[in-house]
Amino acid sequence: MKKLVLFFTLVLSLSMILSACAPAATEAPATEAPAEVATEAPPAEPFRVAVVMPSAINDLAFSQSMYDALLRVQGEMGGEAAFEIVYSESMFVVDDAAAAIRDYASQGFDLVIAHGSQYGSSVQEIAPDFPETSFAWGTTVDTFDQPNIFAYEAASQEGGYVNGFLAATLTTSKTIGVIGPIETGDAKLYVDGFKAGALESDPTVTVNVNYIGSFSDVALAAEAASTHISAGADVLTGTAQMVVGAIGKAEEASTPVYWFGTQSNQTSLAPRIVVASQVYHWEVVLTEMIGLIQDGTLGGQSFVINLENGGEVIEYNEAFLLYPDFKELGDLVVSGILDGTYTITLP
Amino acid sequence: MISELFTTTVLIGVLASGIRLATPYLYAAIGETFGQRSGVLNLGVEGQMLLGAFAAFYVTLTTGSLWLGVLAALIVGALMGLAMAFVTVNLHAQQGISGIGFYLFGLGLSDLLFQKMLGTVETVKGFTKIHIPVLSDIPGIGEIFFSQTVLVYLAFALVPVSWFVLNKTTLGLKIRAVGENPDAADSLGVSVARVRYFTVILGGTLSGIAGASLSIALLNVFQQNMTSGLGFIAVALVYFGAWRPWGVMAGALLFSMVNSLQLWIQVLGIPIPSDIAVMMPYILTILVLVVTVSRVRGPSALTKPFEREA
Amino acid sequence: MKKRFRTDWVSRVFDALLPLFATLAALIVGAVMLLLLKANPIQAYQALWDGAFGSSNAFAETLVKATPLLLVGLGICIAFRGDVINIGGEGQMIVGALSATWVGLTLTAWPGWVVITLSLLAGFLGGAIWGGIAGYLKAYFKVNEILSTVMMNAIAVQLMNFLLRGPMIDPSQAELASKIPQTARLLELFRLPRLAPTRLHLGALIAVALAILVYILLWRTTLGYRIRAVGQSPFASRYAGIKVKRYVVMALLLSGAFAGLAGATQVLGVNYRMITDGSATGFTGSAGFNGIVAALFGQLHPILTIPASILFGALLVGANQMQRAVQVPSALVTALNGLVVVFVVSSEIWRRRRQRRRLAAAGAESESAVEADDDHPKSVKVRA
Repeated sequence: MKKLVLFFTLVLSLSMILSACAPAATEAPATEAPAEVATEAPPAEPFRVAVVMPSAINDLAFSQSMYDALLRVQGEMGGEAAFEIVYSESMFVVDDAAAAIRDYASQGFDLVIAHGSQYGSSVQEIAPDFPETSFAWGTTVDTFDQPNIFAYEAASQEGGYVNGFLAATLTTSKTIGVIGPIETGDAKLYVDGFKAGALESDPTVTVNVNYIGSFSDVALAAEAASTHISAGADVLTGTAQMVVGAIGKAEEASTPVYWFGTQSNQTSLAPRIVVASQVYHWEVVLTEMIGLIQDGTLGGQSFVINLENGGEVIEYNEAFLLYPDFKELGDLVVSGILDGTYTITLP
Repeated sequence: MISELFTTTVLIGVLASGIRLATPYLYAAIGETFGQRSGVLNLGVEGQMLLGAFAAFYVTLTTGSLWLGVLAALIVGALMGLAMAFVTVNLHAQQGISGIGFYLFGLGLSDLLFQKMLGTVETVKGFTKIHIPVLSDIPGIGEIFFSQTVLVYLAFALVPVSWFVLNKTTLGLKIRAVGENPDAADSLGVSVARVRYFTVILGGTLSGIAGASLSIALLNVFQQNMTSGLGFIAVALVYFGAWRPWGVMAGALLFSMVNSLQLWIQVLGIPIPSDIAVMMPYILTILVLVVTVSRVRGPSALTKPFEREA
Repeated sequence: MKKRFRTDWVSRVFDALLPLFATLAALIVGAVMLLLLKANPIQAYQALWDGAFGSSNAFAETLVKATPLLLVGLGICIAFRGDVINIGGEGQMIVGALSATWVGLTLTAWPGWVVITLSLLAGFLGGAIWGGIAGYLKAYFKVNEILSTVMMNAIAVQLMNFLLRGPMIDPSQAELASKIPQTARLLELFRLPRLAPTRLHLGALIAVALAILVYILLWRTTLGYRIRAVGQSPFASRYAGIKVKRYVVMALLLSGAFAGLAGATQVLGVNYRMITDGSATGFTGSAGFNGIVAALFGQLHPILTIPASILFGALLVGANQMQRAVQVPSALVTALNGLVVVFVVSSEIWRRRRQRRRLAAAGAESESAVEADDDHPKSVKVRA
């Protein structure tokens, strides 16, 4: 019995010591538990959104892009009282995500966002059971012909194209390296677009692509970056959350290796070498969806964020622009895509 | 295209990269070796690594001192090891399962602390490469062996030290005795409990340092679940190495170098599907073990709790 | 005589409930963590209970979650009693699921129940092969099963990625540029029927039936006897003429087979297609590991594994509900999961001590006392 108490205390102390090191006022994300009610009298019923995501909200990649967008929409709509956000992150188990989606729907949320292509089956099954709820599913264009499912996608190949184009102008060694997780979905679109843009800019450039087979193996992503660098690459890019390791390696390299990011603005990670990032501004499609929902249309449409509607924005690292016309060149490529001068052909 | 693999650049790259990648595996596996030699299987290595990685990263970030970070990892790992030792030695828990429990706990707790104490992905100034004077200037070999971070050097230095401790010291003798025949050891006056506490806490400490080697040496960042299965591979490598430090090192190097090789294969554009390339280190590890059929039996008391006959 | 028998019965029930008490202890520690996260533990655990048992739908969800745990757990009962440590459940589930999906999508010309049976069989076989390889490597090449199963887990994941991106990809996806790695959806005919409006599917019933079969296998057949004999003492078994190597292979093969079946029922009953996010856990939900825990909760006894899986499934489902209700990070659920495992595993010692005391009391009645501590074949000496 004594030993049990000792063990109990040990585990307890460990948890408490470690948790107690947390600063008193942690920056809690702007969420509300559904049981709580807004204390100030809200102007109208708040618009309630629930989102289910496959990775962490601070992954500096896919999930964060959606979460940041929701926060921006919340800010525009007047804060927590007008716009309620609730989330379940790290829902990589498809089955658990399905339970979450169903649960949020049954709690009466106006919009339930299933932010992950693997959730499609679940949304397809659940949506018919909740005709009053609007569902949004990304990244895809398939709405399953359901009246209450919206679909959204990112034309990440467009920003990829711009990044690739610019990368090709920067490389002195004529070798560029790409680090990806698995060759599917959003990652594949980005990488294919990047390669196309690089080769359009300079057909003599070599673009080496490495899919490391995992979304979470940071060490392997870092070694992939080192391998690229050893193979002569002096510009790198990559997609998904494990690239933070790769960015680190790019920064430590003895000769400057530049980085192009996607999904979120990755400048903060390595201000010395991150050139630009294709940032997803999902709020562009979110505001449209919300508008439609408030007017009574709960689904049946698909949305794309791209360069044209401002859903994808190339955000440059203002601290350093590599040569005077650099940003202008980028803008030129963007307008080239928009007016059709450049066409992105994907394999 | 395959011929592109056989260049000095690739060779040097694979070796240097392999040594770097092997480091966390080496710390964790050596630690596990001690534990297993004394009869304790710890499958919770990955949880210990993640907590150690976070502790090292956070302390380094807030204090600016890398060695304080290492110390933090050490302490956190030791505490986890202590908990595991208690559960194993005093409570005679089924070792495979308790290990998995600690793994899940470490995984969840490290993620939780990361979210609450850091909030975003950040970087630190980690350990830098130390170029050993003169030796690091030797072309090729210099880059591979003599231009690594201090934690890499320490990991490899650990191998002969472990070998010495296990085979040439009284402590090592006690450890091995407890692992082979705890009843006999007990009757000779060796405290089985004390030895196992030592080895398991040591194992936890080394796993913590393994985590630190990831977050403040090899990489400069912490992210949720950044070990991604590393701890389990490390445990597997103990079997590969037949519970001998040199064997474990060989396993860690084999695995990591093949991993490094498959990275090169992809980078050079050799047309092997990426999924197949990623499989290579795992398949090869099994194959090598099959081919080098080992007659070595493991510690006889491995996974069996010790209870003194009344 | 009667009085002792009754207290003995009560005592046994208490032992069976020990995992429950341990779980409660773990939840108390969890409450502390909840407080530190500025969440209300009462509200949280209310949500946990509601999520697991609060409504017929919730209970159905618990059973759905418990099904793969039970199936993997049955395999583990066989494995551990054969003294092999099978931590390859994740990989075996994946291979079983892939096999079952392939059959379900290819043999579309045949009647529904035929295809379903064949798919399940394919899942069983797929997992059997994957586990059997590890068994073969152990028996004939002395490759430790912990090493081989860990490696084969990783290989299975890459195999899944390869197949789902390529040969097995949904044809409609293949045309799109994004190529989500998933197979086509199984036709209505070839899915396991559900108890509408819940998600409870036939797989749960199949699992319970199999639990009974495994019990019969282990204690009423020669095969089971030999697996257990080899598990208790390979030396004595060999002396008694049992081909030890063969039964080592069988233990891992059967264990893998049940895990494979778990994967198959997930596809046929829950998801209706095979889908990946690139990791093992995305598909399995860690059932390959949690099934081991469930088997332990059930004292490695197939029938007891049924309530153990339900309890554990309830915990997992309820914890997710709790996460949503009080908006704590899902990492807390993982940590809680780990705490429960550690606490339950630690509580075993009391059960064993009490059991030993009971047997000692019974042994005082008779001359020869042979301890039949079935559940931990290796921690007890047999007194001849």
